[in-house]
Amino acid sequence: MTTATASHDDHGHHGPAKGIMRWVLTTNHKDIGTMYLWFSFAMLLTGGVMALIVRAELFQPGMQLIRPEFYNQMTTMHGLIMVFGAIMPAFVGLANWMVPLMIGAPDMALPRMNNWSFWILPFAFGMLLFTLFTEAGAPNFGWTFYAPLSTTYAPSSVTYFIFGVHMMGISSIMGAINIIVTILNLRAPGMTLMKMPLFVWTWFITAYLLVAVMPVLAGVVTMMLMDIHYGTAFFDAAGGGDPVLFQHVFWFFGHPEVYIMILPAFGIVSQIIPTFARKPLFGYASMVYATSSIAFLSFIVWAHHMFTVGLPLQTELFFMYATMLIAIPTGVKVFNWVSTMFRGSMTFETPMLFALAFVVLFTIGGFSGLMLSIAPADFQYHDTYFVVAHFHYVLVPGALFGIIAGVYYWLPKWTGHYYNENLGKFHFWMSFIGVNITFFPMHFIGLAGMPRRIPDYALQFADFNAIATVGAFIFGFSQLIFLFLLIKTIRGGEKATDQVWEGAEGLEWTIPSPAPYHTFAEPPHVK
Amino acid sequence: MYFRTWQRLSSVVLGLVFAPAAMADWGLNMPVGITEVSQSIFELHMLIFWICVWIGVVVFGVMFYSIFKHRKSKGAVASKFHESLGLELLWTAIPTVILIAMAVPATSVLIKMYDTTNSDVDIKITGHQWKWQYDYLGEDVGFFSNLTTTTDEIYNRTEKGENYLEEVDNHVVVPTGKKIRFLITSNDVIHAWWLPEIAVKKDAIPGYINESWALIPEGEEGLYRGKCAELCGVQHGFMPIVLEAVTADEYQAWLDDQRAGKVAEAAAALGDFSYDELMVEGAEVYARSCAGCHGTEGQGMGNIFPALAGSPMALNDMAGHIDIVINGKPGTAMQSFTAQLSDVEIAAVITFERNAWGNDTGETVTPQMIIDAKK
Repeated sequence: MTTATASHDDHGHHGPAKGIMRWVLTTNHKDIGTMYLWFSFAMLLTGGVMALIVRAELFQPGMQLIRPEFYNQMTTMHGLIMVFGAIMPAFVGLANWMVPLMIGAPDMALPRMNNWSFWILPFAFGMLLFTLFTEAGAPNFGWTFYAPLSTTYAPSSVTYFIFGVHMMGISSIMGAINIIVTILNLRAPGMTLMKMPLFVWTWFITAYLLVAVMPVLAGVVTMMLMDIHYGTAFFDAAGGGDPVLFQHVFWFFGHPEVYIMILPAFGIVSQIIPTFARKPLFGYASMVYATSSIAFLSFIVWAHHMFTVGLPLQTELFFMYATMLIAIPTGVKVFNWVSTMFRGSMTFETPMLFALAFVVLFTIGGFSGLMLSIAPADFQYHDTYFVVAHFHYVLVPGALFGIIAGVYYWLPKWTGHYYNENLGKFHFWMSFIGVNITFFPMHFIGLAGMPRRIPDYALQFADFNAIATVGAFIFGFSQLIFLFLLIKTIRGGEKATDQVWEGAEGLEWTIPSPAPYHTFAEPPHVK
Repeated sequence: MYFRTWQRLSSVVLGLVFAPAAMADWGLNMPVGITEVSQSIFELHMLIFWICVWIGVVVFGVMFYSIFKHRKSKGAVASKFHESLGLELLWTAIPTVILIAMAVPATSVLIKMYDTTNSDVDIKITGHQWKWQYDYLGEDVGFFSNLTTTTDEIYNRTEKGENYLEEVDNHVVVPTGKKIRFLITSNDVIHAWWLPEIAVKKDAIPGYINESWALIPEGEEGLYRGKCAELCGVQHGFMPIVLEAVTADEYQAWLDDQRAGKVAEAAAALGDFSYDELMVEGAEVYARSCAGCHGTEGQGMGNIFPALAGSPMALNDMAGHIDIVINGKPGTAMQSFTAQLSDVEIAAVITFERNAWGNDTGETVTPQMIIDAKK
């Protein structure tokens, strides 16, 4: 406490406090951003180990390594941890670090709340993970936790899961409010909304999505809690409730959620491509409008996750048409990125490689998304490995590659050192090859009829499953290269310049590398 | 390097269409199926697939052209252009037109799929953890359909059969040339009844009756295999579907056989059964209906499904034992077996459970005791 009091007194004229209390009590956006990023990396590895357990079991037909009940716990926990523990906190971490630097603010607008929204997370995930060691086992009903499998038929650990989701939701909402307030109030003089970097714009829109839908998630898990412990029957048909209501409420949260996980990645890629093409982003304004359109559409397409629940024909048609519309603004973004590259002067450092892979592989995920939007065809695709292939293409080489690209891009600014470019490229190629070997065959086994979330499968799916497992291990272990590279770069390396990249533009590149503990105490002027 | 990897990737995608015969063994694409609806869906699927491929070729073509031509190492100097309203409008308008072109056939197929009127045969399908129940409405025929793949195959103790995880004891038999309406519901959690060859996939939801239909053309008689497509608990991967399409005449004969079998079954329950007969029958019923959860040796499964070997109920509480098999335990996977097992089978399996794996109570439960307990 003395450290904190002392540091508070001479605010603005000091470096970080010493010892562990620096991290516990910090209100510095850079420290909090760093903690978010390390936390999400730890969760990435945790969820990754679970994915590898799943893939190892699926290497051959028959049950070899684990039992079906543990298999279901692994798929459930893998999904929850990757969505809520790896991807979302990583984006919040990047926002914490970069939004104040990009808009010329001294810190986030609500620094103490910032501390709190981070420190909730380890407890939320600690609670979720400890259920693995309880007698009833961890949640086993899939990350989408459809009722009544997650209510009447759930293991007793479901209550811890509900409490964990509430805590994650509180953390996300506070993080989002902080970002909105920061962007609206702390922009440097002269930085109008339409001069903000795209990463700031996409996060601004994402933050509104979070504020809009995390309470809906809180609502749906609370209804589950009431059903389980207080005798209500929201989702219990026997009590006059409606299991389909669960899916409507869940996906009203769930669909905007998938854009929460991709829009900031759009922003990162929109920063990186102009830098390494040495050419301004093509169609800045249309990028902003496209992102806003995607955000709006995300609220009116949720039932495309429910094409087989027996919706009326008219409802089915509406959601099919609305979903197809998303292809338009998403296409605009891809066309703009390609036009930015066109007649540029490109170099291919690691952040650019990840960004280019993002554009190609996310677009492939977008294509399968368009196929899934066609309701009649979805009756064949739904709940198969085709869907698994689709959302892993948009989430792994999509969201995750976006995050990794951002980390490579800003790492020299954070640490003051260039990373080892050869090691970075090695990491990229291993990840790129691994991710495609893992997920591309899943399109085929899905179309051929393999349902998702099964621990064992018929013999005709054996070959592609074996291939996918090999890919998964290549991809998984490649991330250890990343860990090694990060530690190495933090500890030393070639000194980074202030601008870091030849083509980089923006306020974050005007401050020294590494970024001092306090930046923009005096706001810069933006022309 | 980058380009070559991508090229290899796309050649796999293209190979999917150019060499369907060579790739068929690997199961690369959606089945064309045997009904008009499944064929329309397949055509729709291929149409969208090709549209995506061509968009990909154009977009990635421009991208890779830039990557090769406009790179700094080749001395490319960056232009400064960064917007064009005309282009933005163009690449908003073109996708819109393409989407409309896709939406039109999709809408008409969907309307066709939703027309469940004028059916000739109505089959009610009920999902249970973890088996399907079929009731032929108005025909007084109904049965359960259980996985017949053995746990020894699943746990790699014996060789896996040809139809591993895709085989059941009772096929759902349907006539060709008739419009069949499926009425799909569930008894516990949400399941989904999916048969790819007829492109029917509908969620089985407690409290709802969903409808779907199929008309299998004459000449397409045969066995078709499908699976549960919605996560429904531990044994989700182990509740397949086998549909047997037969001619209309064979279908009528099959219905008559089913009805005759039921009458014989009821009469049998009134007869006398020895302990040995019940034990033999009980072992068979146990393997089919109970072992999936309670284990082949009555050892149970983890903390979810209790062991029967040495359980207080199997050793001491006969009335409770009969009651739980007849009525089930609400809120758990232990369901009522009244509808799926005959009185003889219930008597046999309880007798078996009370005497197998060292339980050795020496007690015999007769079919008459089951009939009495149900009253």
